[in-house]
Amino acid sequence: MPAHLRTLAGVTGDVTVAVSGEVTRRSILDALETKYPMLRGTILEHVSGERRPFLRFFACGEDITHQSPDDPLPQEIASGAEPFYVIGAIAGG
Amino acid sequence: MSNVRVLVGTRKGAFILTSDGKREKWDVSGPHFAGWEIYHLKGSPADPNRLYASQTSGWFGQIIQRSDDGGKTWFQPGTPAGEPTTSPDGMPKGESNKFVYDDSAETGKPLTTHQWYDGTAKPWVFKRVWHIEPSLDNPDIVYAGVEDAALFKSTNGGQTWAELPGLRGHGTGAQWQPGAGGMCLHTIILDPKNRERIFVAISAAGAFRSDDNGATWKPINRGLHSQYIPDPNAEVGHCVHHVAQHPANPNVLFMQKHWDVMRSDDAGDSWTEVSGNLPTDFGFVIDVHPHESETIYVVPIKSDGEHYPLDGKLRVYRSRTGGNEWEALTKGLPQENCYVNVLRDAMAVDTLDSCGVYFGTTGGQVYGSADSGDTWTPIVRDLPAVLSVEVQTFS
Repeated sequence: MPAHLRTLAGVTGDVTVAVSGEVTRRSILDALETKYPMLRGTILEHVSGERRPFLRFFACGEDITHQSPDDPLPQEIASGAEPFYVIGAIAGG
Repeated sequence: MSNVRVLVGTRKGAFILTSDGKREKWDVSGPHFAGWEIYHLKGSPADPNRLYASQTSGWFGQIIQRSDDGGKTWFQPGTPAGEPTTSPDGMPKGESNKFVYDDSAETGKPLTTHQWYDGTAKPWVFKRVWHIEPSLDNPDIVYAGVEDAALFKSTNGGQTWAELPGLRGHGTGAQWQPGAGGMCLHTIILDPKNRERIFVAISAAGAFRSDDNGATWKPINRGLHSQYIPDPNAEVGHCVHHVAQHPANPNVLFMQKHWDVMRSDDAGDSWTEVSGNLPTDFGFVIDVHPHESETIYVVPIKSDGEHYPLDGKLRVYRSRTGGNEWEALTKGLPQENCYVNVLRDAMAVDTLDSCGVYFGTTGGQVYGSADSGDTWTPIVRDLPAVLSVEVQTFS
């Protein structure tokens, strides 16, 4: 996660969450917001549920930002062998 | 022993400046919420250790932070770390950063669009909280002025927020347009004598008043004249930058409009221009001396195209006559090569016997005066651009 979101959640480094059912972008973000409620509204906009425009998602080196949030993610992500990345755009000053 | 606490919001975090009543030596804490834009911080008049902060980001949206110990520690009300997001009966708990416009049929007229810069209709989209105004007598009641312009209220210490939809829905909302900084509700004044009365101001719509605790509203812009809009005397559409009130004389309001400094003696029902001998009457801030209800302060800015002081001289102007007659206050302020701006919420006064006046600049300076503006000293010189300044007085 971007540093500002780690600060907000009070964590350092990678975050581990337990996901029940199929591992998708949606299920990971749902689990993340459940474990860290202070992140609600920061990655996905509150009302629309849309991804905030300066954020992107990567899995196993692939940009999955524009894939369906319900697509199953690779086994490496589901098993925790590879991290799921929430990346903030490098923009502004 | 008296002391003061100055709350400073900047582009990259919040800072808290504290001093004793002499206001000569200052302790600086911060940055709090480093790297985030802090549009505004304000303390509760009923419980000065209760502070609220608007923390916002183009990346991550809006966060509301609260401190119950005067800014030593902070948390997001409604979503404390480690707690479940639902109550035992499965209901969602509060989310302090959730601002949802009220478009229900039960509470008013669903309003879906306002005007864009080019006059086309745009849907209302929440962007950020510009101004936080705690209740005068209950620390758990707090108002938030937001962009796109609307007024929200929390009655549980910032855990959850509900719009007061009568403002957007009173009839002129579809005509409101954004100013250059966005369509923001930036000023909230809770009348200390008439507790049912609230004033707000919006760029670029104008000033509005409620006499029933925010349920219904009316525009209060008669007398404002704005050459830059199609009808210069329109009921709404004026780019009001800030409004100030003296608590002992609450029917008198002072306004820094885009251009023009104005005053009202009838709670906003009518306005007259009091720019008088100001070298330029463009500006953002305006404030009132705490003990002299006719002593007011502005910082003239060259123009809407050049947001810096005239001639590179940073000058606060003071009127002791409620406007029209102004004197330049320059002692201690840079009088050459100064090209900073002073934004609309970046001036405040303390209430000590010898009144303190404070303002912050986009160059990162916070200047303070312990003698009603006669002399100035930089408290800090190198903060990020200052967005807001508030003061708490402890005597």
